[in-house]
Amino acid sequence: MATVTTAAEIGGSARRALRYGSISRGRRRALYWSYFFLVLFVVFFLTPPLYMLVTSLKSSAEIGAVTNPWWVYHPTLDNYAALLGDRQFLTFFKNSAVVSVCVVSVTMVIAVLAAFSLARMGFWGSATLATGVFLTYLIPDTLLFIPLFKIFAWVHDVTGIEFINHWWILIFLYPTLTVPFCTWIMIGYFASIPKELDEAALIDGASYFQVLTRIFIPVALPGIIAATIFAFTVSWANFLYPLAFTTSADQLVLPAGIVTTLIKGDVFNWGQIMTGALLGAAPPLIIYAFLMDYYISGLTAGATKG
Amino acid sequence: MAQVALRNIVKMFDKTPAVQGIDLDIADREFIVLVGPSGCGKSTTLRMIAGLEEATSGEIYIGDQLVNDVPPKDRDIAMVFQNYALYPHMTVYENMSFGLRLKKFPKQEIKQRVEAAAQILDITNLLDRRPKALSGGQRQRVAMGRAIVRNPKVFLFDEPLSNLDAKLRVQMRTEIKKVHQKVTTTTVYVTHDQVEAMTLADRVVVMNAGRIEQIGPPNELYHNPKTRFVAGFIGSPAMNFLPARIVNGGSNLAIRLSEKLSLPVPESRTARYKPYIDKEIVFGLRPEDIIEKRGAVPPGSAAFDVQLDVVEPMGMETMVYFIVDGIEVCGRVNPTAAKEAGENMDLVADMTHMHLIDPATDQVI
Repeated sequence: MATVTTAAEIGGSARRALRYGSISRGRRRALYWSYFFLVLFVVFFLTPPLYMLVTSLKSSAEIGAVTNPWWVYHPTLDNYAALLGDRQFLTFFKNSAVVSVCVVSVTMVIAVLAAFSLARMGFWGSATLATGVFLTYLIPDTLLFIPLFKIFAWVHDVTGIEFINHWWILIFLYPTLTVPFCTWIMIGYFASIPKELDEAALIDGASYFQVLTRIFIPVALPGIIAATIFAFTVSWANFLYPLAFTTSADQLVLPAGIVTTLIKGDVFNWGQIMTGALLGAAPPLIIYAFLMDYYISGLTAGATKG
Repeated sequence: MAQVALRNIVKMFDKTPAVQGIDLDIADREFIVLVGPSGCGKSTTLRMIAGLEEATSGEIYIGDQLVNDVPPKDRDIAMVFQNYALYPHMTVYENMSFGLRLKKFPKQEIKQRVEAAAQILDITNLLDRRPKALSGGQRQRVAMGRAIVRNPKVFLFDEPLSNLDAKLRVQMRTEIKKVHQKVTTTTVYVTHDQVEAMTLADRVVVMNAGRIEQIGPPNELYHNPKTRFVAGFIGSPAMNFLPARIVNGGSNLAIRLSEKLSLPVPESRTARYKPYIDKEIVFGLRPEDIIEKRGAVPPGSAAFDVQLDVVEPMGMETMVYFIVDGIEVCGRVNPTAAKEAGENMDLVADMTHMHLIDPATDQVI
């Protein structure tokens, strides 16, 4: 009789101990799964760039040879030297840089001003307009370039100004993709700024424009940086528009330039293509790395009660 | 320094009236409190004085200037908001000096003014901090400092203490009163808390449903409310209201509250209530005028005994609740005299402080 009771007690206490440990055990299990999927995604997303890196370090002969494609037996920087010494490649790079910087500037000026007026000025039809801005973003860019061609042809007929096959035309084209989305992001950010903040500034003697420059832009800096990153990525990496609107080798930007000049007929210069792609991917990477901290930090804390 | 005047101010939101014709004269250096339940139009009125809302009709004067079409920045006012509205990316110093910097004051004068205001508010050691590193009370001080440095014609406060916890609220209330004694600027203060209104105001404006119910110094509102709303709103716990009938009890009038309970009207009020004999009225008496019976009943008072329903000890006093004809009535007795719930207790009503309300008009007779 006595032994039975003891056994039951031991069983009971063991079960209780098990339950005490269940929270950390559940957490550990969740962590295992998190790591499993994170590793899976890292492998999935990092394999292509890794392969690009491996290939960019090989000579054409080694790429063609039947060896382990994941290993470089005779590493060489010839591809890098060839591209960086190539005037054409540097022209692509310069075109891309100028286009991106201009597009980001134009986009952010338009988007911030538009978002401020749509989010705060509360004029007649502002809500409808804000929705309209977002709907514009939903139109795929492949649908836009035929009408754009038509417009350019018409402008050429009327004024004699040629838009097609000039790299700078991209400065006018990319904002059709970046402005709606960036405006939408900024409307959301500005809307999250407490109304009393601009009222306080108005009473303190600020004009609407000063409310924007002295209060809204500094407070919404994380949002502005997010929008900037987006605009830069779109204008740096867009492939379709430069392919459709520019053709001469000196008018190309990086994404189109690498593909159209390094594939000669049916000869694929894989080593240089991969090198070009890697070099082309570097600027966005560097920008992400520098702006990530800003992007994450929340500046609005402490504005109001909280 | 300036007086403020509102002339027949109306504000409509679409077709809903928020403020329905307000007339108010605020003297120079006066501390006016607008008080009322939420949705009574007090904040809207304040925002119209600030210029953040446009008046649908009527005229607003600050000083001698008609300001209806003057934007907020040119009205020379300062406002303190309920949620402080500090600029999160600026230090306390930058927050306080923002208005002066916009107006291009010389650096030396800005520094002088900010330091003087910081001294008044005791925040000198916080000038380099960002708002998020401050506690609620400190943020409120900074918000006040931002108003003080501007040296405006009028201070506007929009429920500035509502976000603070109860203890801090009482402390900051005293603080605001002190600041107003040092910086005697015309002040309009909005709150829904009648205690705040009573303690701070030179004159209280009680608002209800977009209209002014009564304007007067705190004690006048307390002792001589003009309407049932004011009688019920000012004072805590609220005044007891009981439906009653005035009857002619021989030589004197009496208030008949129920089959069993009638209270005599003091002689001084007889003439005033005579026209209402045999009419239905509402009898109002504050809890503090219903106390325990101590020895002889003083003249003008009436003794009665009731069975207590609920007893709430508060420390320095005890609230006793009893039922008269289905309606709960509250009295305020000395803790040593209080009985237990369910027991009978002898109470005394001070009838010289009674109010009678005409239920048709809700006006105090």
